[in-house]
Amino acid sequence: MRKKDVPQDAGTLGPWHQVRYAVADDGSYELVPSAGWDVVDTANAEAWADIRERAESALERVRKGELSPLAFHMVVRLMDDSILAGYAGLARWRVRRHLKPKVFAKLPQRILIKYAQALGLSPEELCRVPERVAPLPGEKDRA
Amino acid sequence: MIDFAHRHSAHCESGATANLLAHHGMPLSEAMAFGIGAGLFFGHFPMVKVAGLPLTTFRNFVGGIFSRVTKRLGVRMSQRRFRSEDKGMAALDEVLGQGIPVGLQAGVYWLPYFPPALRHHFNAHNLVVYGKQDGEYLVSDPNLDVAMSISAQDLVRARFAKGPLAPKGRMYWVRSAPANVDLRGPAVQGLVEVARRMTFLPVPLIGTRGMRFLARRMRCWPEWYGQRGAARHMAQLIRMQEEIGTGGAGFRFIFAAFLQETAGLLAEPRLTELSASFTAAGDAWRDLALMGARLCKGRAGQGESYVAAADLLEGLAGREDRLFREIRAMAPQLQAKAR
Repeated sequence: MRKKDVPQDAGTLGPWHQVRYAVADDGSYELVPSAGWDVVDTANAEAWADIRERAESALERVRKGELSPLAFHMVVRLMDDSILAGYAGLARWRVRRHLKPKVFAKLPQRILIKYAQALGLSPEELCRVPERVAPLPGEKDRA
Repeated sequence: MIDFAHRHSAHCESGATANLLAHHGMPLSEAMAFGIGAGLFFGHFPMVKVAGLPLTTFRNFVGGIFSRVTKRLGVRMSQRRFRSEDKGMAALDEVLGQGIPVGLQAGVYWLPYFPPALRHHFNAHNLVVYGKQDGEYLVSDPNLDVAMSISAQDLVRARFAKGPLAPKGRMYWVRSAPANVDLRGPAVQGLVEVARRMTFLPVPLIGTRGMRFLARRMRCWPEWYGQRGAARHMAQLIRMQEEIGTGGAGFRFIFAAFLQETAGLLAEPRLTELSASFTAAGDAWRDLALMGARLCKGRAGQGESYVAAADLLEGLAGREDRLFREIRAMAPQLQAKAR
């Protein structure tokens, strides 16, 4: 990549820059700051769209009583059952079981607190789901 | 507070390594650290899923660059992991108290200063902590323009992030570095190691074979997963390739910069030519990402398809295979020159 080709597309990185190794006119390598690249933004947007889709489907299934609220909070924190199990300090099979509404409803406060801490919520928030999926951190303005 | 020089780097681990060694009086460029540490890699693992999609890696195992560079340069270093968060933080404070900057492995999700769109559960990030001020830790994150500070609470979370590649509080620091080092021998060692790894290992998932393997699968993506699924696979590949300095094209350019520097050290003009060839390979990786992004958006131009992208990747595998084999053939000659 030549120095003049280092992409300067502001987007995902916000105020930050990436350093790129690029070739100057005399053929030597230099470090050049880049504001970002639209190609990466596209790939990122695809990933966040995927997360939104999963969050919306989880929300719907919580409403229908097919999944516990835990399933929704897990998806919006970009976690899967094994990552959540790690943070909550529980076995993965137990996390999977707790995704069932009937099992979740009977959980003692002690376990709810573990999940709440792992997800950065209060135990009350953990047992509710919002009306809509709030904008995710990586999404551009959806207005 | 330790007087630590923050240098903005393209890749976190080579950057942290070079900056830590520079602090101990060993002026080392990031590209040199990347090369000596044999940071370049390729592997495509369909059975390992990240967010439900196959893992493609362009880098080596976390910690590999630092440990190889220090070993090859005769630097004495220490490395620790912890089961207890309190012990991990106490050990960090103790080393900082001795006036030594400390490298940490961290989970990106918990770093509040990181661009929000890039905060995924990725646990193999590297950063340097060089002091404590008003209860906040001073952080030199090689991927950022400037040094930052972070609360103890956030740092604990990042150090003890859970999930794949959990850092388990891993910290590493330099005890002492030799005053004068000859970079020629270590540079050749790193170079030959990468060339071997990319072409020699009889495992079809890694090296240039892995690139061919990915190309074969890419051809079938639309058929196997449908348009949307294929777009997801492509987006995942582009992100692993290009995000925050880690990546296919970026790594080719760092590697090319390393070859250029080594060519100067050894007075070997052929390495300068190879450097230019790797620059061209990096450009082809970028073309692949560009085509991939258009395929994701459903705005493919003429002659652009998953098959065309796979052809491009296969061409790249062939090209890099020749380059790495040439380096392997040159190895005895380079080793003789480095002596």
